[in-house]
Amino acid sequence: MQLIFILEQVLNGLLVGAYYLLIALGLSLIFALGGIVNLAHGGFYAIGAYLAVMLAGQIGFAGALVISPIAVGVIGIAVERLLFRRFYRSDPILSLLLTFGLAMVIEQGLRIVFGATPLPFSIPPELRGQIFIGDFIYSRYRLIILAVAAAAVTATWFIVYRTAFGRVVRAGVQNPDVVGALGISLAPYMTAIAALGVGLAGLAGVLLAPITGVHPAMGAEILTAAFVVVVIGGLGSFWGVIAAAVLVGVVRGVTIYFNPSWGEASMYLLMALVLLVRPRGLFGERIEKFE
Amino acid sequence: MTSRLSRRTLIKGAAGSAALAGIGMPAIVRAQADTIRIGHLTPLTGFLGPLGEYAVMGVKLAADEINNAGGVMGRKIELVMEDSVNPQTASAKAERLIERDKVAMIIGEISSASGLAIGQVANRLKTVYINTGCNSDALRGSSCNPYMFHIEGANSMYVMAVGQYLLRENLVKGKKWYSLTADYAFGHDLLRVARKFMEANGGQFAADELVPTDATDFSPYLLKVRQARPDLVVSNLAGNQITSFLKQYSEYGLQFPVAGFGFDTVVAWGAGKGNFSGIWPLVWHHLVDTPSSKAYVEVFQKKYGKLPDNQSWGDYNSLKVVAQSMAETKSTDPQKLAEHLRKGAKFDVMKAREAYFRPYDNQMVMEMYAVRAKDAAKMKDQWDIYDALGTVPGPNEDMEIIAPPKDGSCKIG
Repeated sequence: MQLIFILEQVLNGLLVGAYYLLIALGLSLIFALGGIVNLAHGGFYAIGAYLAVMLAGQIGFAGALVISPIAVGVIGIAVERLLFRRFYRSDPILSLLLTFGLAMVIEQGLRIVFGATPLPFSIPPELRGQIFIGDFIYSRYRLIILAVAAAAVTATWFIVYRTAFGRVVRAGVQNPDVVGALGISLAPYMTAIAALGVGLAGLAGVLLAPITGVHPAMGAEILTAAFVVVVIGGLGSFWGVIAAAVLVGVVRGVTIYFNPSWGEASMYLLMALVLLVRPRGLFGERIEKFE
Repeated sequence: MTSRLSRRTLIKGAAGSAALAGIGMPAIVRAQADTIRIGHLTPLTGFLGPLGEYAVMGVKLAADEINNAGGVMGRKIELVMEDSVNPQTASAKAERLIERDKVAMIIGEISSASGLAIGQVANRLKTVYINTGCNSDALRGSSCNPYMFHIEGANSMYVMAVGQYLLRENLVKGKKWYSLTADYAFGHDLLRVARKFMEANGGQFAADELVPTDATDFSPYLLKVRQARPDLVVSNLAGNQITSFLKQYSEYGLQFPVAGFGFDTVVAWGAGKGNFSGIWPLVWHHLVDTPSSKAYVEVFQKKYGKLPDNQSWGDYNSLKVVAQSMAETKSTDPQKLAEHLRKGAKFDVMKAREAYFRPYDNQMVMEMYAVRAKDAAKMKDQWDIYDALGTVPGPNEDMEIIAPPKDGSCKIG
């Protein structure tokens, strides 16, 4: 009997992994290419959720699902051009301070405009419901999140690993100076990657707005978990982030099964263990500029 | 040129992201001369932030009304407001408010852990503190002190209020409860009180589980609830936790009845249509049918364009109680204020019966309420989420029967 319940938690953990993955993937992309530790990533996630609440009333949830991440991506372009760009080659502590400040500006900005109280928002009626497989219960909406996350991850993988654009990006991750010496300007690639990474955070915001509170601090709430996923997965590793997101989802679910009060702490313990055994994370590559 | 990046930078980033949660908001109002300064401390950030926002609206409205009516003894009330953030910060800021800003007394707080810290400072510096949002019985028991007063209901009072209706609906005797409890001072205390009530009335736990306050995904808990097939799901959660819990409980379509022992209207307003269910207790709600309650709803709506909640009630009435007491004693002396409050002075706090602080533990003795979630189809608008179930204790009962038991743990009486 108990084994069945644990299996149910494991499968549910895979779904929860999709939730972590959407937020962590963009964070990983921006760090791997630009070396920017984007503490404002949670802020973009929150903006995505607020835009979804605003837009869903006008153009429906499906419309918001498309428009909101694009709008957040556009904000990402502006932030990259105006702010991130100045810090790629400076002491990382400066970009940490910059994005730390930006995170606070976004959170307090949302608070000033919308108030601190959560905005009411629900799963659209047509996406509600549960799917039963045997005795296991699945929220239909979470399966949709999984599908959208899978599509977004596949698209990102295709862009990074199967296009000419992606080849330059990957070369830029390994050795920006050689890419420059070959006469390729990395600047537009950086902008595009920032837009993509931040847009993914916006997409996560839209998808999670119906099942979690939409309030100004929602970004800060998930950001630490996203960092944990990136650190466990290993820097610059696309598959590492995916594996880590799933692992964190499963470990958290199983921990909650046995001892709920350790639920959130379990991911930090996991991170500590992984770093002890593999200091670069699960699939972390050796990247010249980060060593 | 290029400074050396290290993969450790990323780990520093993770630490930085955790620090983000701990940044407070600066003081809103600065001090002026020749006024009565009142300190207001409440969390504006973190998982109780939404409630803090209403606390601020309530206390500001009270200050405006008092000042527009000529102030207290001809002196205007001046609020010195701070974000309390966490127990350490709350303690430091309470000390600064009293010693540097020379406030006459302090109002506020929502987190029981921070409330305890402020109460200790108030006791040490002999300044009155009125707690407007911390429910833990422990603050009225082993941690009580002569300078800390409680306009907020104690956990015992909330449990008794909602408990009467659970008994009436036959959800206690011989029933199995599944409780989810916020894993900090407030939750632990509430769980203890709720368990006592449940056991005294013949119920038992299918399970009782602690939920970290930073949990946003409840799905693993909901799977466990479904496996346990309880007769009642009990929420001892707090703040934004309740919003996420309500949304996901509805997402998973679980049909077990829901009740909560701690609740704030704001978190249910924020859940969204079709997500709110169950029976919940409140210290006050906007449907309470008394003249002063209706007047409050009207002026609050006029000023802020939305309905007042229970948290705004606490901070609004605290300032009114203090202003009234200072006017009656013609003094801002903390010693005199504490004496006056402890002597059984009566106050209109928008309820059918007048309330008073009992000298045993400085808890305000008053009526409490229970509400039941409305069907989504019957909601008139996004604010119309529950119906009033009734008032506890009933009109012919002593109001003190719901107050925490006088078990001798508080030694100030």
